Amino acid sequence: MTWLCDFWRSSVGGKLTMAVTGVLLFLFVVGHLLGNLQLFSEPEHLADYAKLLHREPALLWAVRCVLGGALLLHVVTGIRLARQNRAARPVKYQKEEILVASFASRSMLLTGLTTLGFVVYHLLHFTAGVVHGAGAAKAGKFDGFDVHTMVVRSFENPSIALAYVGFMVVLFFHLAHGIQSFVQTLGLNHARYTPVIRRLSVVVAGLLAGGNILLPLSVLSGIVKVAP
Amino acid sequence: MKLDAKIPAGPVQEKWSNRKFELKLVNPANKRKYKVLVVGSGLAGASAAASLAELGYQVECFCFQDSPRRAHSIAAQGGINAAKNYRNDGDSIYRLFYDTVKGGDFRAREANVYRLAELSVNIIDQAVAQGVPFARDYGGMLDNRSFGGAQVSRTFYARGQTGQQLLLGAYTALARQIGLGTVKMFSRTEMLDVVIVDGHAKGIVVRDLVTGEARSHAGDAVVLATGGYGNVFYLSTNAKGCNVTATWRAHKRGAGFANPCYTQIHPTCIPVSGDHQSKLTLMSESLRNDGRVWVSKKQGDKRRPGEIPEDERDYYLERKYPSYGNLAPRDISSRAAKQVCDDGRGIGDTGLGVYLDFRDAIARLGKDAIAARYGNLFHMYAKITAEDPYSQPMRIFPAVHYTMGGLWVDYDLMSTVPGLFVLGEANFSDHGANRLGASALMQGLADGYFVIPYTIGGYLAGQKAGSVKADHPEFQRVAGGVVEMTKRLLSIQGKRTVDDFHKALGKIMWQKCGMARNEQGLKEALREIPALREEFWRDVRVLGGELSTNQSLEKAGRLADFLEFGELLCRDALERRESCGGHFREEWQTADGEALRDDEKFCHAAVWEYKGDVKNAVRHQEALAFENVHLAVRSYK
Amino acid sequence: MKVTLHIWRQSKPSTKDDFAQDGKMVRYELDHVSNDMSFLEMLDVLNEQLIKKGEEPVTFDHDCREGICGTCGVVVNGEPHGPESGTTTCQLHMRSFKDGAEIWVEPWRAAAFPVIKDLMVDRTALDRIVQAGAFVSVNTGAPQDANALPVPKADADKAFDAAACIGCGACVAACKNASSMLFVGAKVSHFVHLPQGRVERETRARNLVAAMDKEGFGNCTNQYECEAACPKDIPVRVIADLNREYLRAKVREEPANTKRIGGDG
Repeated sequence: MTWLCDFWRSSVGGKLTMAVTGVLLFLFVVGHLLGNLQLFSEPEHLADYAKLLHREPALLWAVRCVLGGALLLHVVTGIRLARQNRAARPVKYQKEEILVASFASRSMLLTGLTTLGFVVYHLLHFTAGVVHGAGAAKAGKFDGFDVHTMVVRSFENPSIALAYVGFMVVLFFHLAHGIQSFVQTLGLNHARYTPVIRRLSVVVAGLLAGGNILLPLSVLSGIVKVAP
Repeated sequence: MKLDAKIPAGPVQEKWSNRKFELKLVNPANKRKYKVLVVGSGLAGASAAASLAELGYQVECFCFQDSPRRAHSIAAQGGINAAKNYRNDGDSIYRLFYDTVKGGDFRAREANVYRLAELSVNIIDQAVAQGVPFARDYGGMLDNRSFGGAQVSRTFYARGQTGQQLLLGAYTALARQIGLGTVKMFSRTEMLDVVIVDGHAKGIVVRDLVTGEARSHAGDAVVLATGGYGNVFYLSTNAKGCNVTATWRAHKRGAGFANPCYTQIHPTCIPVSGDHQSKLTLMSESLRNDGRVWVSKKQGDKRRPGEIPEDERDYYLERKYPSYGNLAPRDISSRAAKQVCDDGRGIGDTGLGVYLDFRDAIARLGKDAIAARYGNLFHMYAKITAEDPYSQPMRIFPAVHYTMGGLWVDYDLMSTVPGLFVLGEANFSDHGANRLGASALMQGLADGYFVIPYTIGGYLAGQKAGSVKADHPEFQRVAGGVVEMTKRLLSIQGKRTVDDFHKALGKIMWQKCGMARNEQGLKEALREIPALREEFWRDVRVLGGELSTNQSLEKAGRLADFLEFGELLCRDALERRESCGGHFREEWQTADGEALRDDEKFCHAAVWEYKGDVKNAVRHQEALAFENVHLAVRSYK
Repeated sequence: MKVTLHIWRQSKPSTKDDFAQDGKMVRYELDHVSNDMSFLEMLDVLNEQLIKKGEEPVTFDHDCREGICGTCGVVVNGEPHGPESGTTTCQLHMRSFKDGAEIWVEPWRAAAFPVIKDLMVDRTALDRIVQAGAFVSVNTGAPQDANALPVPKADADKAFDAAACIGCGACVAACKNASSMLFVGAKVSHFVHLPQGRVERETRARNLVAAMDKEGFGNCTNQYECEAACPKDIPVRVIADLNREYLRAKVREEPANTKRIGGDG
């Protein structure tokens, strides 16, 4: 246990913690998006998918615990590292210049915390169903798994839809730096692949955020409607 | 002053083995009772401090830089010689020995040079074991290149920063000992005097360059590895901080100073661009492997180099020295450059420069091959001059680079003060009157890794450990003198700055005691230097406090010593009425302008004894015997 | 040409509680600056003028002035070693600035690099990191022949790329988090690519990271400012090497109380 604590407390160990938890969270975002895209399919499919996820409560909670733990560790470690980083430069430069660091890389703390806020809101919204009356909408058809109606009803409200779009833009920046960052932190750097990975990082982040943005936009534009 | 070189008996090949066997040993359990003070942390100092600590001695190491890794050994570019004969091209220890004695124009001690050649082999093994990333070929074996004064390829290198890589090897060995607590490191600490008790060196007085405090350190032996005195010329390839202070103050306490007039002018440096210039930058001699040196055949030719056709170019080194060509030794190449410039054929606005041209090598090998060999040097040249050496020839001119003279030492590297050892460039070394390229790194490391660990034991075995402590009254007396000098420098509050005086001294030295010297000029210098020194002590302005960081004060103290030392250098140059190696007296030259030695009168090392001031210094002689390499006119034709 | 300088002047050394002390930016005008001057020579000229006026000259570290000793280094207009890439401050020339330029000159700023005076900082933290294990534990003696162990050229080149580090600290100065991981990564990478260095790779990785953390440097957030500022173009690949080596070393680490049979004696 001390071994693990020492590892976590060290600078490189902290980075590796960020990277490993980051990979888990990234995989979750990918999976989550693939599930979500079923909104474009029949409402029953989405409901079946939701039911599938809930079929084994033990497994569901195990996954939730891992993801929750990863998220918690990611946030706590991130804040710890950020505090150390601040303390490492007690006097700021009077004239500061950025050489190569991207906007995304410089705003990780901000985009990270915003995304954390979003996750809480999103869980309250769709998972717990306690805001925007989402719970009531979901309770309708398909044995109480009418996810389709719940989502569409919510996104028909332009302010909710736009908020989601906004949050996804923030997530884009977080991932744009985050993906290539965890590759580097995990010690993978190669003259041939690294430049590709750095570009791919932005593309993948764009696909993930874009894919998610498609959902509220298609509802808002009337492409996806509540099933009759 | 008694000069006993303690050259061991026997044939030259067996002298070092014999000496090692004769030397008394210190029992491992007793070693930790002895404390050795090592001043300087370059190749010689760092390797000595690390090796002595590994043996079990307590070591304290001092450097004026902020880290031991910054000593100026780091700037050596080209390489290090070793008689490995990996190339199967006829090299041997004996050949390296022969080349070095001949390259030094028969003014070095044969026994020392042979030992150096012998140890060169171990240095490469040691460095590789430390993880020094020498250049390798595609088979994974070590690569070699050629350097001046040799017809074999025996120079090991690490791109253009061999010095840095070797120094990092020695520095990491030192760092390991610091981490283990066996070496106490004092960086930003400058040695200002040696303390001698009952005729033996027992400690030093230093100034902490951060707090300004003067401190005493007692030990059982003192090792000086403080480098050369090239900065007496103000402009040189040395680092700005390089100085003569440690060796000069030791000299004033009784250590003989040998051959100060042997200064090496390196042929390939970037020419001076203006009055503001603070230092000169060397372009490695290794460039002459592929670069061709030339000027126009016409005087005052103002055409751009590309406009001068092949048949109007004078590749003067290839013309004059066909067998060595562009790889003629440094003294000879420098003098040849001076001759063509004196002839009015120098290049550039000042007419003080020659071309070093890579056109043919690029055509033969391609730009990429040249970039792989010298990329960082070309980059540095482009940074400084804003010219592209791939498309136009480099402009180069000789500049002060290395000093072969230094404190006199015997075969055990001990000076005339018992217990005071001197290593590396600081001693009068194994290079005679001229050092061959890639030999300085070799000497510094041989002294530090492989000589001093043996010879210091021989001395310490006869000494009682810890016999003198830092509270000895002699320490207080010497420290008092150091503080007094500091206070005096700060109290003058005159009008001229330290740099102003240093530039003035440099000008005298370069003009009257530079690449070519004559009696009249030297006599003028001997009048001008004391006058400048007198003015310095009357009119220098040093601001800031005594007990704080004060860079002007540091510079002023170093210059005060240069102002005395410069006079000794000129006296030595005046007294040596012959030309040899880096010391060229215009009165002694052959019909075609080559150096003319006078072996009858000057086949000796001149060793100066301080007698209250430089004017009264006494010149002693250590006769040099050449039993293996016979005295001959040095020819590279 | 003429330049306006804003230079950080600090007369007293930084302490933990008062890092900046009396430090402030002071403005100086300097005329007759030549294109061929190096940046440090320009500061020399300023200092000569200050001394003549009876003002204390600006303290700054410098030594070899040919870009290899790593002593010099100031932040010029927010960039460590100034605007030219792959260049130390001493190799930066005034031709890189326009006539009438305003130039801000500041020391390396990091908690691990306390200011000694003006632009001079204490970088002994880097030495202490090296002392913790950036070496091969080999005593002076008679090692095997240098060619007994072939090193593939590609490995030797990689080791060299890392070993080219001059320890100037620009990476720390450039990093938004004042992290020294490019420096530490360079040490780890240098040795791990050579057979001689691989013997101690695990202890080295662990000890260097521990030593680095003790000094109060920040953490790498993969922004690569260090690589851009490095005068020797050390690649951030070395930080990936460091991360990998540390992970490997920690995973393979045995408990401190692991029993051994017999003793070393």
